[in-house]
Amino acid sequence: MEAAASGGCGSGPPLLLSEGEQQCYSELFARCAGAAGGGPGSGPPEAARAAPGAATAASGPVADLFRASQLPAETLHQITELCGAKRVGYFGPTQFYVALKLIAAAQSGLPVRIESIKCELPLPRFMMSKTDAEIRFGNMAELHGTKVQIPYLITEKNTFKRMDDEDKQQETQSPTMSPLASPPSSPPHYQRIPLSHGYSKLRSSTEQMHPAPYEARQPLVQPEGPSLGGPGAKPLRHQASLIRSFSVERELQDNNSSYPDEPWRITEEQREYYVNQFRSLQPDPSSFISGSVAKNFFTKSKLSIPELSYIWELSDADCDGALSLPEFCAAFHLIVARKNGYPLPEGLPPTLQPEYLQAAFPKPKWECALFDSYSESMPANQQPRDLNRMEKLSVKDMADFPVPTQDVTGDDKQALKSATDEALPKDMSEDSATPKDSNSLKARPRSRSYSSTSIEETMKRGEDPPTPPPRPQKTHSRASSLDLNKVFQPSVPASKSGLLPPPPALPPRPCPSQSEQASEAELHPQLNRAPSQAAESSPTKKDIPYSQPPSKPIRRKFRPENQATENQEPATAVGGPASVATVKPHPTVQKQSSKQKKAIQTAIRKNKEANAVLARLNSELQQQLKEVHQERIALENQLEQLRPVTVL
Amino acid sequence: MAVCVAVIAKENYPLYIRSVPTENELKFHYMVHTSLDVVDEKISAMGKALVDQRELYLGLLYPTEDYKLRRYGYVTNSKVKFVMVVDSSNTALRDNEIRSMFRKLHNSYTDVMCNPFYNPGDRIQSRAFDGMVTSMMIQVC
Repeated sequence: MEAAASGGCGSGPPLLLSEGEQQCYSELFARCAGAAGGGPGSGPPEAARAAPGAATAASGPVADLFRASQLPAETLHQITELCGAKRVGYFGPTQFYVALKLIAAAQSGLPVRIESIKCELPLPRFMMSKTDAEIRFGNMAELHGTKVQIPYLITEKNTFKRMDDEDKQQETQSPTMSPLASPPSSPPHYQRIPLSHGYSKLRSSTEQMHPAPYEARQPLVQPEGPSLGGPGAKPLRHQASLIRSFSVERELQDNNSSYPDEPWRITEEQREYYVNQFRSLQPDPSSFISGSVAKNFFTKSKLSIPELSYIWELSDADCDGALSLPEFCAAFHLIVARKNGYPLPEGLPPTLQPEYLQAAFPKPKWECALFDSYSESMPANQQPRDLNRMEKLSVKDMADFPVPTQDVTGDDKQALKSATDEALPKDMSEDSATPKDSNSLKARPRSRSYSSTSIEETMKRGEDPPTPPPRPQKTHSRASSLDLNKVFQPSVPASKSGLLPPPPALPPRPCPSQSEQASEAELHPQLNRAPSQAAESSPTKKDIPYSQPPSKPIRRKFRPENQATENQEPATAVGGPASVATVKPHPTVQKQSSKQKKAIQTAIRKNKEANAVLARLNSELQQQLKEVHQERIALENQLEQLRPVTVL
Repeated sequence: MAVCVAVIAKENYPLYIRSVPTENELKFHYMVHTSLDVVDEKISAMGKALVDQRELYLGLLYPTEDYKLRRYGYVTNSKVKFVMVVDSSNTALRDNEIRSMFRKLHNSYTDVMCNPFYNPGDRIQSRAFDGMVTSMMIQVC
């Protein structure tokens, strides 16, 4: 390596590295190279990222490393130039080693010159953690905290020894740490940490870069704690560029990571930060960040696409392709954790789940806004939804999802965050039922099944809210079904009043017995589908019907039909007693009729509103369907043009 | 119990194919490949007029001499095909069960699609999808 380094140094002086130096540098280099994102350009694949040489040094693990050396900024710049990184544009092994050597020289007080590295120098010292700590809190205490945390993160490196050293010094943690192996096992360590800021996440890759020097520096680190003068300037600069530089944001989050418990817990500061970031992407905290926006944002973190994809999978609980605020916080937190070296969990940790996040960090204005936004959209759908409570589809959907969540076992589907468009009617119904928790599970299957069926079924489902039951519709529209009801109602005197209180879901059975009574004559015409005339005759009688379920035209329709069928049979038989019965209830019916009239009128109004909403929805869906059809036709044409030989 | 699950893209290349590892996987790959022709045939036969009229679930693709292994097909509106080879030796799986399995597949596939980091046409590497398929494979073992 030395020969190679010296050979590749080119115009630089030959690097003579001692054994210890060589080992240390190679480890550091490996760490930098292995760090997610930039860092020293270890090869062509990395070259693209490391291409902006200066930028890499500034924001990558190399920069962190250099900053941790606690040298003033100008010195670092000088070093960067001297080592050739600026010249070649990336931190290759040669440049990196030269840089490290120069750092050691600078730390030893030698001027930063190429000549300096020719002599024997101690290993460069890095106080990475401190730097990050400084950025965030600037406390002395942080130093201790960071040290404690550092071993936590570096699982793959043998940090145990280091941890022991730290423990001896810190006495704040138990020496047994199996950090990355199982982040949840960190709690014991975290609990020990008396700091207000838990560095559950290791500072990015910088931690990983110093296994060797760190050990050697352990005793030195603490005494050098206060010497944050150099890094101090940098943290300020970084803070200024926080919003822009994702890596810096990441570091910020690292420090703010959950301390009292697992690494997956979001602290207040982190939450604030995430929320601010959310706002920068999407001004309304209660709405969603679209997938593409989030993708661009998270791609800045320089994690690999599969990892980002997995993080998205974990955090987008309802799989709607958009991130709400809690989802966004969870995703951000996971990214920060990953950048710090934590392996991604198999499932979304309970502390990152949306309900938990919303409960743990109640931001009244946002939560309320969240609910408000849903409640706003709900009233419009409320009625149609009520109408469609008995949607068979929803029942079927729920039945289809006995095991809805396999991806993230702990994931609760956030009903609040359920999809907007297609799943609107169904999700809204779930929202109204229970804002959170279990119903979200049903909401999700609902949306899924909605999307998974053919367009026809989709449209049918879309139509269901608008047009309650297609089934009962034998010939008449809803309006005429109402008429039918009117027809039936008059024939149902007192007994009908008894029906009023019961829920609209009442089977028509009790009704027919009453409906049979007087309106047999009308029933028959109704059965013959001449409702208009019958309807006219019926209103003269009692208007009991609508008081019941004006909001349930479905059942209404069933009723008439059932009543019709039943009436046909026992019509003759019950005719006699029915007429008698009608006479008696008459007076009572009259008293009730006025009440019922009002009830019916309100019901009619509600129905009309529901009708309007549903009609609008229907027309919109139809338009969408047409557009989709047109697109499809266009695409098919294109396909045919492009592939004339295709069988299809 | 599904022995092999495959997701084929519109251009007839596999997005995801997974079989029970104990078997000879190549055989399943071959079966899936031959099923593609049948699927295409069914799609075109069902009428190019309107996708609406076409059922997504294609059912048993074609009868084979091997009664144990059956192939079922399912096509989405975007011409993404799901082919499933089912081992019906121990349990005679009913049509409904197969349909529900396909529905689950479709839902998981939609979830994968919703991920903005997933480019349509890439191989599916979602762990959630894997988990779901695994559950289907060892369902009735």
